[in-house]
Amino acid sequence: MKPEALLHPTPAGLFCPIGRFHVDPVRPVERALITHGHSDHARAGHGHVLATRQTLDIMRIRYGEDFCGSEQAAGFGEPLDVDGVKVSFHPAGHVLGSAQIAIEKDELRIVVSGDYKRGVDPTCAPFVPVACDVFITEATFGLPVFHHPDPKEEVAKLLTSLKQFPERSHLIGAYALGKAQRVIRLIRDCGYSDPIFIHGALARLCDYYTSQGIELGDIRPATLEKKDPNAFKGAVVVGPPSAFQDRWARRFNEPLIAFASGWMMVRQRAKQGGVELPLVISDHCDWPELLATINEIGPSEVWVTHGREEALVRWCELKGIPARPLHLVGYEDEGD
Amino acid sequence: MKAFATLLDRLVLTPSRNGKLKLLADYFRDTPDPDRGYGLAALAGGLDLKSVKPAMLRDLVLERMDPVLFQYSYDYVGDLAETIALVWDGGEKDDTTDAEQPRLGEVVTLMNSLGRTEVRSAVRDLLNHLDPSSRFAFLKLVTGSLRIGVSARLAKQALADMSAHPGPDGSDNKRDVTEIETLWHGLAPPYEALFAWLEGKADKPVLATPAIFHSVMLANPVEPGDTDKLDPTDYAAEWKWDGIRVQMSSYGGTRKLYSRSGDDISGAFPDIVEAINFEGVIDGELLVGGTMRSNSPTRTFSDLQQRLNRKTVSAKMTEDYPAFVRSYDLLFDGDADIRARTFLERRERLGEVIEQAPHDRFDLSALVPFSSWEELDRLRIAPPDPVIEGVMIKRKDSPYQAGRMKGPWFKWKRDPYNIDAVMLYAQRGHGKRSSYYSDFTFGVWTETPDGDQLVPVGKAYFGFTDAELEVLDKFVRDNTVERFGPVRAVRAQPDFGFVLEVAFEGIARSTRHKSGVAMRFPRIARLRQDKQPRDADRLSTLMAMVEAKAA
Repeated sequence: MKPEALLHPTPAGLFCPIGRFHVDPVRPVERALITHGHSDHARAGHGHVLATRQTLDIMRIRYGEDFCGSEQAAGFGEPLDVDGVKVSFHPAGHVLGSAQIAIEKDELRIVVSGDYKRGVDPTCAPFVPVACDVFITEATFGLPVFHHPDPKEEVAKLLTSLKQFPERSHLIGAYALGKAQRVIRLIRDCGYSDPIFIHGALARLCDYYTSQGIELGDIRPATLEKKDPNAFKGAVVVGPPSAFQDRWARRFNEPLIAFASGWMMVRQRAKQGGVELPLVISDHCDWPELLATINEIGPSEVWVTHGREEALVRWCELKGIPARPLHLVGYEDEGD
Repeated sequence: MKAFATLLDRLVLTPSRNGKLKLLADYFRDTPDPDRGYGLAALAGGLDLKSVKPAMLRDLVLERMDPVLFQYSYDYVGDLAETIALVWDGGEKDDTTDAEQPRLGEVVTLMNSLGRTEVRSAVRDLLNHLDPSSRFAFLKLVTGSLRIGVSARLAKQALADMSAHPGPDGSDNKRDVTEIETLWHGLAPPYEALFAWLEGKADKPVLATPAIFHSVMLANPVEPGDTDKLDPTDYAAEWKWDGIRVQMSSYGGTRKLYSRSGDDISGAFPDIVEAINFEGVIDGELLVGGTMRSNSPTRTFSDLQQRLNRKTVSAKMTEDYPAFVRSYDLLFDGDADIRARTFLERRERLGEVIEQAPHDRFDLSALVPFSSWEELDRLRIAPPDPVIEGVMIKRKDSPYQAGRMKGPWFKWKRDPYNIDAVMLYAQRGHGKRSSYYSDFTFGVWTETPDGDQLVPVGKAYFGFTDAELEVLDKFVRDNTVERFGPVRAVRAQPDFGFVLEVAFEGIARSTRHKSGVAMRFPRIARLRQDKQPRDADRLSTLMAMVEAKAA
């Protein structure tokens, strides 16, 4: 069987005609397999959703009780059958609950990695390489310029800045699902035990992470009754980056804007965004990790879903690995 | 190298002056000699380092990576040094530890010891041993394109800040920045003696080099009511010329021209430096055009700008824009320090020196006779030359004291220009102001084939109070019609929009701006919510201001 007969791109997303299901569809479909809870991958309104327990919980938190018609939870490594197609979920190391999905029929196995990373992250299960014929990879940071440093060194920069500028509120932009919790946890692991203040958009997801056994320490809402410029003096505040350009940010004392993202690797990006303290912390693979993963798995073919496809495809060509871009639309890197 | 690289990374993204000072002072305090001295030299523009051509760097990176992948990377990043710094490790993880990275002092010493044929392999080897951030700093240093918004003056202020340390008597021992400026040009990297003195570990360095810079004396603006308490007979007046303040310093054949902040600008003004035939230190105004004695006009600040911020200058440039110095004061006559003498005494000796100096390059700033403040005020408002921007008032018995003391010297400037303009675009500010729309592009009416249209004439981001900023920001948020990245276009129609009263110091023709005019120091003087955009000024009014100035 040709791989395209088992799985191929359609305007709604990757589709398996034999099992009659989509993976991470960008529009409502009858049957959806979801890799993880970021809003560009997990959308509301599908008939039936198959995902990990945690991804289902996160979708419920974000979209409400009726986010889909019916749901089924998949355990990591548990073999499932969907209309004669073998399906299994494996940890992707991206955010809590994130999974790669292996799809198999007649000795042909395709792995959809979804978004994934290889670096250490105590807030989710680490990536497990799964042998396969076709490996479908993302390429969010698929350019040789992307080399993510050790995230603890990045947090050390934050702690240094807090000592240098003890009067300024340090506002850390981090996306609500995954990055925010990972950053808070990293700050804790680097020995910071003062209260960390969070924007309201983060509250329910932080609570959920805590309920799943991920310790985030003393977290408090960044709200106050009256405008008091000294209330958050020298405090660490975590919120979605969009909020920092909003009036919400005015409650803080001489805010120092930090942003936790893989994009912060490029100085001009940071400068354009008005970021004073870039923290290069990513939930995606950097260039060496993408290459190492492909080398380790050794697929006979690589498909590239979204990001900077052309460079990764070029690298595969130079290595003699057949590769092609899938040109999927609708994935916007919410997670970084 | 690591400490310097980290400093650069922070400075590039820190907009506030105080933030920069803090980062610099901490770097100078925490980094050992000689690294901090070389870092200081790099920031203040005095680091002598063998340079490397971008073409060689490109060759080096293409030895190790596919040209197509490099091109994708360069297209994405847009800066050669940064691209190379980031892609150098290719598919490998960076495994350098901070301890094994070469230090800035080692890098400088190594680079300057290399022969021509050794540069290539030494640069390759260094890039291998540096982490991405240090690589970026190194590449910026050797390609000579360190642009990070730190002036020599700011670096010296940071040195003054870092010198503060509590003494046994409770004093903070902080050195004054003017002392550092006076020493500056007599010292060379890595400035170990300077740091030892700043930290209280050694005496003040004794200078061997002549022709150093001496901190200048500055004037305070005349505030309403100031002149009431002063007796006009105690004061002398001079015209205030619209050039830049400079100091000429000449000893034993070494001749230098310094800016007001002590930057050595001799290289850009060989016409002046070569004409210096006196010994001593003279304070004056750098201008373009002809001296009083050559009987040709003094030219405008925009002509002078053609000569500023250049490292070298072409013969054509010195011919088209001849520079000269209009002298104000004499600090040293030969090697005699006469700063403690009175203004009138110093001026008399200055007159003698200038009399003997080349007539086409130097003249003496004339005194403006006046008998009452009212009379001087009238002269100030209608000066005899368009390049005059007001009057200086100096106590006849004032000694020359560095810094800005209130009392001995005043500047009384011509009133600023004012126009009513309409807000067209707004951009978010930085730092403290990052949640406010605080940078405003404003325009005036002009006639076009399609009827009257607003054309942008300038941009202002200060002049308003915090309360006024709240009003401006709210208007922007409520009346945005289009967004371009961080910029918003706002509603601006004859009967709806925001009128701003803009004050500015000067106006000139400009080919760079669509409107054809450029303002100096525009700021928002008042919010004119009482006016409608249709009442705002027209471009022809601004053009008339330009003409009036040229006439």
